[in-house]
Amino acid sequence: MVLGILTAARGGTGFLDVTLKLLEGFEVTLLLFALTLVFALPLGLVIAFGSMSRFKPLKYVTRTFVWIIRGVPLMLQLFLVFYVPGMLFDLQWPTELFGMPINSRFLAALVAFVINYACYFSEIYRGGIESISRGQYEAGQVLGMSKSQIFFKVVLLQVVKRIVPPMSNEVITLVKDTALARVIIVVEIIMAAEELMSRSLIWPLFYTGVFYLLFVGILTILFGWIEKKLDYFKA
Amino acid sequence: MSVLEVKNITKSFGKTEVLSGINFSLKQGEVVAIIGSSGSGKTTLLRCLNLLERADGGSITVADEVIYDAADTGRHSEEDIRKKRLNLGLIFQSFNLFPQYTAIDNITLAPRLALGEAIKNKTVPAQEKAERLAAITQEAELLLERVGLSDRRDYYPCQLSGGQQQRVAIARALALKPALLCFDEPTSALDPELTGEVLRVIRSLKDEGRTMIVVTHEMEFARRVADRVIFMAHGVIVEEGPAEDVIGNPKSDELRAFLQKASDVNGADDKNTAK
Repeated sequence: MVLGILTAARGGTGFLDVTLKLLEGFEVTLLLFALTLVFALPLGLVIAFGSMSRFKPLKYVTRTFVWIIRGVPLMLQLFLVFYVPGMLFDLQWPTELFGMPINSRFLAALVAFVINYACYFSEIYRGGIESISRGQYEAGQVLGMSKSQIFFKVVLLQVVKRIVPPMSNEVITLVKDTALARVIIVVEIIMAAEELMSRSLIWPLFYTGVFYLLFVGILTILFGWIEKKLDYFKA
Repeated sequence: MSVLEVKNITKSFGKTEVLSGINFSLKQGEVVAIIGSSGSGKTTLLRCLNLLERADGGSITVADEVIYDAADTGRHSEEDIRKKRLNLGLIFQSFNLFPQYTAIDNITLAPRLALGEAIKNKTVPAQEKAERLAAITQEAELLLERVGLSDRRDYYPCQLSGGQQQRVAIARALALKPALLCFDEPTSALDPELTGEVLRVIRSLKDEGRTMIVVTHEMEFARRVADRVIFMAHGVIVEEGPAEDVIGNPKSDELRAFLQKASDVNGADDKNTAK
């Protein structure tokens, strides 16, 4: 106990100091996670519509894009997004956005994550949308409903219900994938732990697992709750 | 006055011709049963009438309005097609209720959406909204009562039996006040003990004077309820006339063979129930 306080005073290697330091990193983890979802969830729907388009060129371009994004490691995509604009076009990632200072590395990581996850989400959406029977669309049609009314008022909630399990999988994977951002020096929780290693502390690296576990636990409860909320009908 | 006029409807899927020139008409309050073995084109005909399929040739007129003319190659807006569809109601073999809505909401959904659009287009003043919504709900409650399901008002489709679901589907179609109701084998997906309740509702609609087309495998029902029976085979109308004549006194070999098969099946059922 006394030792802990002493070490904390000397350079912050006590449990509390380490926890606070890791929380700083975890904040970045959570921000990357949340912003990726905010942008990738709707973008995924747009990509899903593209990949289902009856306009063949759009469909094939979209599907090829999804194939590339899903076929190349996310780590490689992070490198590409961060370094290639500067290498090829002499463009640097901005350090300011809408007048607010922003970490350019974080921004690049966010862009890579959004593109990558939107592609995965799009396939989940597509599977969900295509699994809705034609009869549901036709019932809407003969009742004089418009295409968008049929989609938003009839089909969408059924799709949501069906994609909750695969979505929860993907979202939980995203929590842990954020750790990849460290390859372009985004100081998320694991990178924060690694910085502590330079002070000869190894245990914080393993301690990060607790943060992930707790957060994934919360998400699991949340998805369980959503599933239960949608339990009132069968689709 | 004829409610429906079908002229020379043809339809092919790829190289297979499914309908080869269908002509018939329906008078106000008339009930027509369409019978025929599977693959004869009955369902395709119904789908063409409801504009779920585009016929390759021919025209369809409902209540003096041409709702489809294959010769008219101009592009029709989605809006236009939607409006024309409302002349007809279609009840599906597999009900196709919307699973996330209760019985009452299944019935009111389309009218509510239409009201929302009308308010947006300013064809209905916005201050009438509450009043109109109340009217839609009240109308739907009457329809539920009409099909004998007032006590299932707030049930979800998964909580209803097949027969009850089909009755909600009938109420849902009626809510849009179509000039003509089409039934696509309304009892084929039902357990035998549930067909009666649906057929009774259809029968009572006839008593109300509704104009209906019923594609069915229920020969007894066709004989008792339909004013006229149309027998289809390989995409054409083979026989047509009063139910008694067509079913009681078949002229073509095809119809004889079909009725023979149908009664074989029914006979087998009777034996089963006798045990």
